[in-house]
Amino acid sequence: MLTKRIIPCLDIKNGRTVKGVNFVDLRDAGDPVELAKLYSEAGADELVFLDISATEERRKTLADLVLRVAEHVNIPFTVGGGISSIADVDILLKNGADKVSINSSAVKNPDLINELAGKFGSQCITVAIDAKQINGEWIVHLVGGKVPTTLNLFDWAKEVEQRGAGEILFTSMDNDGTKDGFANDALAKLSENLNIPIIASGGAGCIQDFTDTFKIGKSDAALAASVFHFKQIDIQELKSALDAEDIPVRR
Amino acid sequence: MKIVIIDYGAGNIQSIKFAIQRLGYQAVLSKDPEKIKAADKVIFPGVGEAGSAMRKLKESGLDKIIPQLKQPVLGICLGMQLMCAHTEEGDTTGLGVFDINIVKFTTPVKVPQIGWNQITDLKSSLFSSVAENEHVYLVHSYYAPVTSQTISKTNYGGEYSTAVQKDNFYGVQFHPEKSSVLGEQILRNFLSL
Repeated sequence: MLTKRIIPCLDIKNGRTVKGVNFVDLRDAGDPVELAKLYSEAGADELVFLDISATEERRKTLADLVLRVAEHVNIPFTVGGGISSIADVDILLKNGADKVSINSSAVKNPDLINELAGKFGSQCITVAIDAKQINGEWIVHLVGGKVPTTLNLFDWAKEVEQRGAGEILFTSMDNDGTKDGFANDALAKLSENLNIPIIASGGAGCIQDFTDTFKIGKSDAALAASVFHFKQIDIQELKSALDAEDIPVRR
Repeated sequence: MKIVIIDYGAGNIQSIKFAIQRLGYQAVLSKDPEKIKAADKVIFPGVGEAGSAMRKLKESGLDKIIPQLKQPVLGICLGMQLMCAHTEEGDTTGLGVFDINIVKFTTPVKVPQIGWNQITDLKSSLFSSVAENEHVYLVHSYYAPVTSQTISKTNYGGEYSTAVQKDNFYGVQFHPEKSSVLGEQILRNFLSL
């Protein structure tokens, strides 16, 4: 049976994990490769590296990092952040990334989704969507939720699927950082409307939140950062708890 | 041991090279027919769309070389699919090593299948020391139905082949290079054939 995926997300700046990671047993907690290896050994199913650097050299730094991750990590990983062209994607995939995630660049130029899916295959193109509710309607936002667009979440998600995305990573800006659980109503609706996998993001605070997003939100995977980085949730304990709820997981 | 990964411009070859490196071997990337023929083990990767990958194979003449190889050959993901007779993707004729027609997943399952699923009915030394129902990492929209050449099955809206074998040719739908410790065991088994 296909299992539900648990995905730690690592924020990367200039090739290093950003502060806010608390791992006393790591030689260098700022090294994304060390952290990635630790997570793969802990039972993570997949990793996401989100690059938030804004420097001129960012493309090369990220490509170098991807190569190092591929060398040392034996589980799949996705790379996102500032990817806006076929050339960006080409070097990341060549260096060993399994998937790339695009966000703002897809909103600004939706044809990019078709071009990337056509060239590299839908299976390696994840479209990340950030949204929050405005007057009861889910509106797609850019720049980490700061800038609203005119796009409705569900319409945009459908378009993204039709244009050839292989997967959607949906972050609810209303839930992100709250630790009050994932946006399960919106997630369930996405899952019912679409026929590609949906990754839930934003709001993980405790093990029950993961159970709920798989059962109520019908999510295919759940992504979180701080609950894993600060060891509030141990991945093995999380998987045991999900297994006890008859949610299929890789143990 | 000479290990060649066929480099025809359609595959996540870096990850396979690194996985082999983690096992203590060095693999060479090549599309040179002589180097491929002289290898002890050949790995035939593939990611992307079947039609364009097949065109790249033909451009380099590798479509004629691969079916003639005598040493153990491992097709991975699209590599496995291209070793079959035909694939629905782009209505593409394959290399015909395996007598299998690849078809697309249909609803109600989500397409592509992305993630970790179980392998069962394991039948080959490729799976030495691998227990039934272990998980491997899969990313694909098209699949090989179960046939007499099936050496591993997986269930996704029904049973299909996650591995096939004919003589010295092996094909796996999953990514051993991304399937954690289990995938490394399967790669090690292949290199020990």
